[in-house]
Amino acid sequence: MSPEIDTRPQVETQTLEVNLGPQHPSTHGVFRMVATLDGETVIRLKPVMGYMHRNHEKIAEGLTYIGCFPYTDRLDYFCAMTNNLALAVAIERLAGIQVSERGEYIRVIMAELTRLVNHTAVTGFLLNDMGAFGTPLLYAFREREKILDLFEAASGSRMMCNYVRPGGVREDLPAGWVERAWEIVRAYPKFLDEFETLLTKNDIILQRTQQVGKLPQPLAVSAGITGPMLRASGVNYDIRKVDGYSVYPRVQFKVPLGTVGDVYDRYLIRILEMRESLKILEQALQALPTTSPSISPKGAAMGKAPRTFRPPKGHAYGRIEAPKGELGFFLVSDGSPQPYRYRIRPPSFINLTVLEDMCLGQKVADVIVILGSIDIVLCEVDR
Amino acid sequence: MSSLDQLFVEVTRSLVSRLPPWLAPWASMLATIGAIAAAAPVIMMYLTWLERKLIARMQNRLGPNRVGLYGLLQPIADGVKMFIKEDIVPRGADRLLHLLAPIVAVAPVILLFAVLPFGRNMVGADLHVGLLYFLALGSITSYAIFMGGWASRSKFSMLGAMRTVAQIISYEVPGVLSVVAVIMVTGTLSLVGIVEAQADHWFLFTPWGFVAGAIFFMSGIAEVNRTPFDMPEAESELVGGFHTEYSGMKFALWYMAEFLEAFAICAFTTTLFLGGWQGPPIPFWILAALLALLVGTAKSLALPARGLGVLALVALGGLYARQPIPSWIWFFAKTYVLVFVLVWLRGTFPRLRIDQLMGFAWKFLLPMALVTILAAGLWSLMPFPYGTVLAVLILAASYAVLVRWNRPASLSPRTYVLAD
Repeated sequence: MSPEIDTRPQVETQTLEVNLGPQHPSTHGVFRMVATLDGETVIRLKPVMGYMHRNHEKIAEGLTYIGCFPYTDRLDYFCAMTNNLALAVAIERLAGIQVSERGEYIRVIMAELTRLVNHTAVTGFLLNDMGAFGTPLLYAFREREKILDLFEAASGSRMMCNYVRPGGVREDLPAGWVERAWEIVRAYPKFLDEFETLLTKNDIILQRTQQVGKLPQPLAVSAGITGPMLRASGVNYDIRKVDGYSVYPRVQFKVPLGTVGDVYDRYLIRILEMRESLKILEQALQALPTTSPSISPKGAAMGKAPRTFRPPKGHAYGRIEAPKGELGFFLVSDGSPQPYRYRIRPPSFINLTVLEDMCLGQKVADVIVILGSIDIVLCEVDR
Repeated sequence: MSSLDQLFVEVTRSLVSRLPPWLAPWASMLATIGAIAAAAPVIMMYLTWLERKLIARMQNRLGPNRVGLYGLLQPIADGVKMFIKEDIVPRGADRLLHLLAPIVAVAPVILLFAVLPFGRNMVGADLHVGLLYFLALGSITSYAIFMGGWASRSKFSMLGAMRTVAQIISYEVPGVLSVVAVIMVTGTLSLVGIVEAQADHWFLFTPWGFVAGAIFFMSGIAEVNRTPFDMPEAESELVGGFHTEYSGMKFALWYMAEFLEAFAICAFTTTLFLGGWQGPPIPFWILAALLALLVGTAKSLALPARGLGVLALVALGGLYARQPIPSWIWFFAKTYVLVFVLVWLRGTFPRLRIDQLMGFAWKFLLPMALVTILAAGLWSLMPFPYGTVLAVLILAASYAVLVRWNRPASLSPRTYVLAD
């Protein structure tokens, strides 16, 4: 998609180097893009990251396995529940812990609610990047708040949930929680319809997003892109289906796939995924077992207190389909209570690597929209 | 008992008539200038309040509500804040131009109000070339913006300023052409003359006037850089656009220029296409009763205040019951309806990209504006039903053709696979 070269004699022009970020209204955090512009067209774009580096992986080597959970909340602060879940899955693989039935269902319910929160919010932010004056974003946040109320009721915190544990979840659901969840699940399709009325067929949005920031299928696969971005390019790869972890094999749902792989596809795939998530939620809430032998991690495999939890020597990689893509934790245990090595595979970071490929030849205004459509959280990118 | 319609005119006249004759013309001029100069900042301040309030309601928020009743003192608080902010000039900036630019932006916008007929006999100066005056002054803003962008010595400002100049020049063409139809039909450039020509029918309700009005309003929105044409200050790309490097009172002046020009665009659309201060002869008591109802049911007002307001309105309505609603109320009501549309657009739409924006001006609005001239000619020259029908047909056909031509081939409805 390089700009056409005009051989006619013309005015001498210079390229302009513009520094978008690290303090810029739409870089979604402290992220910097050094864009070289020819007029308004991007001819080079260098992402600069690392401003949010917090040394998460190294810190984790000095913590107990359970002690790592609050840190994962801060990775992708929209999706604390799925971050917890991914680490829990990795630890369970490492130590061979069985998860209680009710615990599995609660985790799936939380994970799908998180997907709703994330996709709703990111769509709102995408529209903000396109220049809408906050209206879609605030509509999205209104719905997000309702789900955050649910998270708060279950975990005590709206965003930094720290809820999932190896073997299950930290606490059982409070009384009346399931009814509240049902209310939200039943009301959500109406909100999505309203949201789509505002956006899906809006001519300005079509013009701004269709054929913009196309990600070809081969590049997406070879760059290791995962999540909605990969599926928007038409690759049928959803870890919920591929790995079949937790209770996902037991629920019916489809994987929406795009055809073009542009920003519009990424937007609409997220909307369709939310509709599928609602189906999963309905089935999971229906099938949620009422009684359970153990939800908290105080099972047989855990020892008496989490502090003394020692997995056997070895290594394990646990991954889940987080809202942003494949979120994986690689853990090496030397038999001590702390992980010997703790490594995260962050979907935001790996999805961000194709930014320049998508932006070349596009207008500078598109860069912001493309960045918004990738769906990144800088805390996860930089860790 | 004087006429409510001519209230302001008569107050001025009675004041001036007491002065010595050599002073009277000067005093009457000064009164008009003073009124406009005092009203402009007030209009601007409450436009920001109105916009924030309306957008907030569209977004499930309350908007300003801390300072004063309904947040009505918020603009004043903002003004005080702007005054005491540090004035920062970037290193290497052209200090003189940097200072001059916002002033050059505001001055012509205030001058615009001189030719605007606010009501019957309420016009600062009824120029023969009022319309030309408006078009000429309206485009001075582009100089100011380019001055500001250039003098700031910032890439964001510069990019924003270049975009603005391109945008304003492009949108002026269809904007001016859409006005040509009005000039053709009325045969005058005087704004008072144009309003009086709309006594029987507002131009909005003629086929050509509807289209020309829409084009004029859209070009106007583009010229004042508001959503969906707010490219020059696209904050998601260019931070603040041309005013990135401005702070304090200079920044406030930029905003004042923008808001006043937005108001002026609405006011001129009203004047040119919505019949200006003309309105159907509805008796004044109906308006007073409606307002009394509104005040009486306002829950956030204290009971004594409500009672007082209702009493005052009932007394006013009774006093002027038989008179029609004053012309200046009609003018402001129409203008504020258009202001509402402006805010509504801002609350709903994302922005176009710069190339799409230019394409919209040159490939859609410009040919459409040319067609309105033809339609206006047919409408005014041919006898009643034929001219109107032909104008509607021509406009509808060219609209359909232009929409089809302008639609990028790449836009398509998408099909999605739902895989297992």
